[in-house]
Parts: sequence; structure tokens; C-alpha cells
Amino acid sequence: MVIAEKYIARSSAIAARLIGGEMMIMSAVDSTFFTLNEVATVIWQSADGRTALSDIVIGKICPQFEVDPDQAGRDAEQFVNDLSQHGILMVSEQPILNSPASPPEAQ
Amino acid sequence: MTHVSQPAIAIEIGGMAIALRTQDSAFRQLLESRYAGFVQSAADPQFEFDIELFEPAETTNADEDVQVKLQGGQWFLQRGDFRARWDSSAGRGHIRQSRNPYAIDSVLRIVHTLILAKQGGFLVHAASAIRDGRAFLFAGVSGAGKTTIARLAPRDATLLTDEISYVRREGNQYRACGTPFAGELARLGENRSAPLSALFLLEKGPENRIEPVATSEAIRLLLRNILFFAEDTELVSRVFRSACEFVEKVPVRRLIFVPDQRVWEMIM
Repeated sequence: MVIAEKYIARSSAIAARLIGGEMMIMSAVDSTFFTLNEVATVIWQSADGRTALSDIVIGKICPQFEVDPDQAGRDAEQFVNDLSQHGILMVSEQPILNSPASPPEAQ
Repeated sequence: MTHVSQPAIAIEIGGMAIALRTQDSAFRQLLESRYAGFVQSAADPQFEFDIELFEPAETTNADEDVQVKLQGGQWFLQRGDFRARWDSSAGRGHIRQSRNPYAIDSVLRIVHTLILAKQGGFLVHAASAIRDGRAFLFAGVSGAGKTTIARLAPRDATLLTDEISYVRREGNQYRACGTPFAGELARLGENRSAPLSALFLLEKGPENRIEPVATSEAIRLLLRNILFFAEDTELVSRVFRSACEFVEKVPVRRLIFVPDQRVWEMIM
């Protein structure tokens, strides 16, 4: 499996809510609305700025959803890239220690 | 709250009275005529605005996008045909606008949007009506059928609006209130209200039927229709939270309908 070491943190400029097992997120910057599936929701909830994306995939996604690690890694990369382009996730090659991360399910 | 510097009329929408003060009696009469049914005594309004009119020669483009910003504790509202500032905590504001009534219409919509956002309510692009003591919303973008469904309403239905609905939160329930914000029907809604029973997402089709809507889609479509102006992170979060909580408490259905009166047989 080839996953570049990345650390991800939730932006503070969002509103999020878990409803019926789906994470719904709205960007406070451009009001874009996202609905995350179960896998993406786990990544989102794990985006604490300290856990590497590869650890999230191997430690949470693969055992929980019984998916191929390579495929899960590629999907996670794509997901992270998509959300970072909308300012929903922050991505860094170093741990994001002082991220202003929102709670995974902002009320 | 009393203020006697200028003669005033108060426009009450959703139980919220906003006093509009202007020395220009012709403009006051225009407002009284335009908001007939929503005009009440200005003795005890929740908010007040002084209106300063400028001449048409100064009017710039009323079609340009409205800007709404919070700076230094005051809201600043601006479009080609008006500039306004509003201190919501003091309950006072000032509007400088052209003589056309569309400017004050926009200011009122924005102010009510900001007030409602703090209370878990919203204005939404939807027709609404009361039937048997219960209110129904019919939401949709332009062309979805808001005016059509309003025009087809039976005599026992009270039309609240054919364009912009007023949704107020009351504890764990919601109430729909009439508004003077008319669409193609060009008819003011009734200044009445009732507990909200359902939100229908309108779609014209070959037959009348009602379909369930997934929660995420209901939220997405509701957000698409909620009036929202301010570039303010906290307010975006409030609107999002309001939409989520609304969908958790109010049934949301897709109403596919043929544009004739039989569609109302399903609304009860």
C-alpha cells in the first residue's frame, strides 16, 4: 500500500451534524453542502490533526469495513483532496498540533 | 421602546413589529398601501428604522447582489438602491434608499432573516397555506410551481404567501406565518399563522403523488431554498443547524403534481 504521510484536521469554518448515520457538512465559507458516506464519516471523525491518514485507513477503515487497503488508501486520498479543496479539511505533511478543529459533530 | 423624532408606521410580520420612520408622508402612504394587512400601531415595535430617501437620479442598479456584513456589532446592508445599518442589540437602524418599495422590501427580508436565524427559524422560498388549522409549506426554486399551487388553493385554505414563507420556531414545533412578500400572484398573504404540519418539495409531473425524501436530500433541498444573505460564519452555522433540526421535526415530502385543483385533495 502506498499512502503519502498526511495529517488531516477539520476546519473550524464549517457546520456539521450526524443524522441517520450520515455526516452532513456545510462550509461556512461558500455554503457548499456535503453528505458523507459511512467510510468518509469515519475519516472525518478521525481528522484530529495528530493521526496520520495512513493510520486512519489501516487502523479504522480496513478493519471496520473489510476493504482492500490499497483501494481504501486511494479512496481516502481522493476524499481528503476533495474536501481540502473546499476548505473543509486542512491537510499537512506534519501533525497539525494547534488546529482549530471543529468537533466531529458540531451541534 | 419609544421614539418620536419622525412619524412612523409599523410592519408586523411573524409577530415581529418593525417601525419605519420617515418624514415623507407620500412614502408612508405607499408603505401603508403596500403592506396593508401587516400594518399596525407603531406604539411598541421590537425594532425601529429611520428612512432617508434619495432621489431617483441617485439610484443605481437594484439588480446587483445584496451585501450583508456584520462590523463592529452593527449589520451593514447594501444594494444599488439602498444602504442600511442596523444595531440589533439597540433595536435601531437607518436606511438610505431610493423611493421604490423594493428597497424596503429587501431590507425587511434581510432583517427578518437575521432575527429568525438566531431563533432557529428562517425565510424560505416557498408558498404556504393554512388548512384545517395546520400550515403547509410548498418549497421550490423559480418555476417549481409555488405560484401554481397557491393559485389552485381551495376556498377553505388561507394563503400565507405564494413566494416567501416565514417559519418561526416555538420550542420543539414550528409555526408558519403570513408574509407580504408576494410572487407572481402579486397578492399579499394573510397575516395569520398556524403550526406547521409538513414541508412539500414541489415538482410538476404527470400525476399527483407524494414521495418520501431522504433526510440528507431534505436538508440539502431545504438549504437551497432558505433565504440567506450574510457572509458570517456563525450565521451559516446557525442556518445549517436550523435546517437540520427542522427536518428532524417536520415531515418533508416530495409533492409531484399535475397543475389542477385535485392536488389539494392530498393536502390535509
